[in-house]
Amino acid sequence: MEILMAFVIGILFMSATYLMLSKSLLRIIIGTGLLSHGAHLLILTMGGLKRGSAPLLGEHAEHYTDPLPQALILTAIVISFGVTAFFLVLAYRSYQELGTDNVEDMKGTEPND
Amino acid sequence: MSYLHLAIISPLLFSVFIPIFYKKFIRIHTGWFVLPLPILLFIYFLSTIPKITNRQTVTETFNWIPSLGVNFTAKVDGLGLLFALLITGIGALVVFYSIYYLAKEKERLNTFYVYLLLFMGAMLGVVLSDNLIVMYAFWELTSFSSFLLIGYWHEREKSRYGAQKSMLITVFGGLAMLGGIILLYIMTGTFSITEIVAQSGDIFHHSLFLPALICVLLGAFTKSAQFPFYIWLPDAMEAPTPVSAYLHSATMVKAGIYLVARLTPVFGASSVWFWLVAGVGIITLIWGSVFAIRQTDLKGILAFSTVSQLGLIMSLLGVGSAALHYEALSENIFTVAITAAIFHLINHATFKGSLFMAAGIVDHETGTRDIRKLGGLMPFMPITFTISIIGAFSMAGLPPFNGFLSKEMFFTAMVRVTQMDIFNLETLGILFPVIAWVASVFTFIYSMILVFKTFTGKYQPEKLDKKPHEAPLGMLIPPVILISLVVIFGFFPNLLSESLISPAMAAILPSLLNAGGEFVVHISFWHGFTIELFMTLGVILLGITLYKTLPKWKRMYDLVPEKLSLFRFYDRLLEWSQSGSYKVTNKYMTGSIHSYLVYILAFFIFSLTVTLFWKDAFKLDTGNVSSIGIYEWVLAIFVVVGSISILFIKSRMTSIILLGAVGYTVSLFYVLFRAPDLALTQLVIETISVALFLVCFYHLPKLQRYETRMRFKLTNALISVGVGAVVTAIALSAHGNKLFEAISKYYVENTYEKAAGQNMVNVILVDFRGFDTLFEITVLAIASLGIYGMIKLRLNRRKES
Repeated sequence: MEILMAFVIGILFMSATYLMLSKSLLRIIIGTGLLSHGAHLLILTMGGLKRGSAPLLGEHAEHYTDPLPQALILTAIVISFGVTAFFLVLAYRSYQELGTDNVEDMKGTEPND
Repeated sequence: MSYLHLAIISPLLFSVFIPIFYKKFIRIHTGWFVLPLPILLFIYFLSTIPKITNRQTVTETFNWIPSLGVNFTAKVDGLGLLFALLITGIGALVVFYSIYYLAKEKERLNTFYVYLLLFMGAMLGVVLSDNLIVMYAFWELTSFSSFLLIGYWHEREKSRYGAQKSMLITVFGGLAMLGGIILLYIMTGTFSITEIVAQSGDIFHHSLFLPALICVLLGAFTKSAQFPFYIWLPDAMEAPTPVSAYLHSATMVKAGIYLVARLTPVFGASSVWFWLVAGVGIITLIWGSVFAIRQTDLKGILAFSTVSQLGLIMSLLGVGSAALHYEALSENIFTVAITAAIFHLINHATFKGSLFMAAGIVDHETGTRDIRKLGGLMPFMPITFTISIIGAFSMAGLPPFNGFLSKEMFFTAMVRVTQMDIFNLETLGILFPVIAWVASVFTFIYSMILVFKTFTGKYQPEKLDKKPHEAPLGMLIPPVILISLVVIFGFFPNLLSESLISPAMAAILPSLLNAGGEFVVHISFWHGFTIELFMTLGVILLGITLYKTLPKWKRMYDLVPEKLSLFRFYDRLLEWSQSGSYKVTNKYMTGSIHSYLVYILAFFIFSLTVTLFWKDAFKLDTGNVSSIGIYEWVLAIFVVVGSISILFIKSRMTSIILLGAVGYTVSLFYVLFRAPDLALTQLVIETISVALFLVCFYHLPKLQRYETRMRFKLTNALISVGVGAVVTAIALSAHGNKLFEAISKYYVENTYEKAAGQNMVNVILVDFRGFDTLFEITVLAIASLGIYGMIKLRLNRRKES
């Protein structure tokens, strides 16, 4: 399972990178979304998969899955949500003000030129 | 802090008061307040002569940074004293001269004297510091104050150009010297020159010896305007004439000479030192003298002549270092080179200082320094003419002036080079006297041009701005004092040998002296019909002939291609480095986020792949994996298909929905992998995210509604495939290399015992690792405040309305 997940994560990273290299701001943000999914799954996979029951003591199980990666991912999900939300509104505002979502058009002008 | 330290830094301290004097006493020329200081210092240094003559040194230490071995150790020995006397003596004369040269109504005298005092203190610090780091600090202060003085008339473009050029070149050399100092420290473990000299025998075969030598010499050559670094000196002539006389003939340009002399006991035994110092010196000598003839500006001629004479002194120091290879002082005929170097150093300071001052007078009283406009000034300026002719004759090496004596000694030293039997000098040594002789002929010619083109010939009043007349008395006193020294040293050359030259030689060649011994210096005016005398006669005869026929062969200079000139080379180098770095920067700083991402990701792929292969870290371990069920296959295929198809979707809406689908599948993964809290959070957050996406991009203004498919680009595809592959490879190898057990056992055991909870994830989030959660809350708060601000705050709109 871990090996399959490694390939799935690799494909998520690949699509995310390809999207982030595009010109459209929306696609870049979609890319960051995919990238954070990939990262979260990577953390979980590296902690080992399916080694026991859910980390709830009420289960009275012999083995539990590792709770620490789950706590880390939970924190990461919330943070990436906050950042994504901020980016989305930023993109929305820049679309409103500049009238474009092509990042190639968003170059500043250099004073030397 | 001793009197000696106080003497060194007194010019720096005193400079603070100059603006006060300038503002308070507006009627009195500020120079009068400055003048007593160098005179007092001169008297102070004179008072140490008896001690120095008895082969004692004055050493005072003032702790600065003892933990790093950097202490302000001031040491007066023969060499340091000689330079200190030059600096303070000529300093006093230059200040006196500048009082009459610079008008108090027109010039910003406060800045002038502050810079000049800064320079004086820095120069005293250079020659009297025994600690190399302190010396370096003062060394850079001389470069800096020289920069300020050259650019004194900063509204002129040429001044700024000259100041920048001298700064770039001397600071380049200064930094190289700092490198050499640090290498010396690595070899010897001390910054003290005295201690380094004591260890000079041990470091001779050290592998860093040669780099240190070259670095130190770069510093000396750039400061002393040696070939090919002399190019800053002619452009430094844009400075006011007192500055040129002081810095660029008598003191600062001799700092490099001082450095070479000071470190001769350390490096002098090496053949590289001999060839570099003597070779570069003699090339500079002939180069400077040949090109001096081409100049038409009085100060230009003097600048090239300074270059040439500095080359002469440098070559003498180089040749003199060979004396270290011969034992028995009584038979050592090679020390004469060092004697000649020191003697010529003094002589050059006297006659070059007076010549600069004379040129300044001519400029001041006629309004031009161009020898093509000048001529026939003798009847108007008899005193200036006398000063110039004595100075120029001394420079040309004519009897009975002091230049004659040092030139004779120079020839003696050069002839004796051919008798040396080291460093291949048996064969190559003959070049030295030949080049020296030819250079002396050219020296003779430009000295004659300097005097006779200015003061004799046709008087051309129509070309002059002012009616020429003799300078005021005050302006004449300093050059007259200097020129009388030229005559005095010419007739009584041994006046200085006992008090200054012999102790200075003892400082340069300490290893040749036994305890209590001293160098016997005797400069004789007449030494019989020797080969040197015939060489001088030849110089005079050929020089007169060539001077008479000057118009005929001066055209030869036009044959020298302008493109090959070192001045052009410097300019083009500067231009090229500017435009080159601008081009390079423009090449990669494109301003497009895409290309920066490409750099970052390409470097990511490159560095990780190389590390993986280098360390042989890739490892596929199939032993420790869990089984894959049908659900997992289905979900994995869902994620893969969903994320890849986003790339090919034209519509934005569809891609947003596909992103949501991938997110929900991920939360299903969390369910499968027994992470209920994650699954919950992921579901909720994915829903909100998708809603946000839709809000943002569905309700946008209708511009640019046309939707395009992403254009395929090979580089993007390659990079993204690379990133995916690298991440997979690292995930696989990380999984294969489990080094130790996880720490989660502790959480399983203690979640209920210690934290009274049953949900381990939640207990970790709020009990065991509650700080993470606190700041994650902060992140959300900041993000929401930021979003609120972005939407509400419209500063541009307010400005418009």
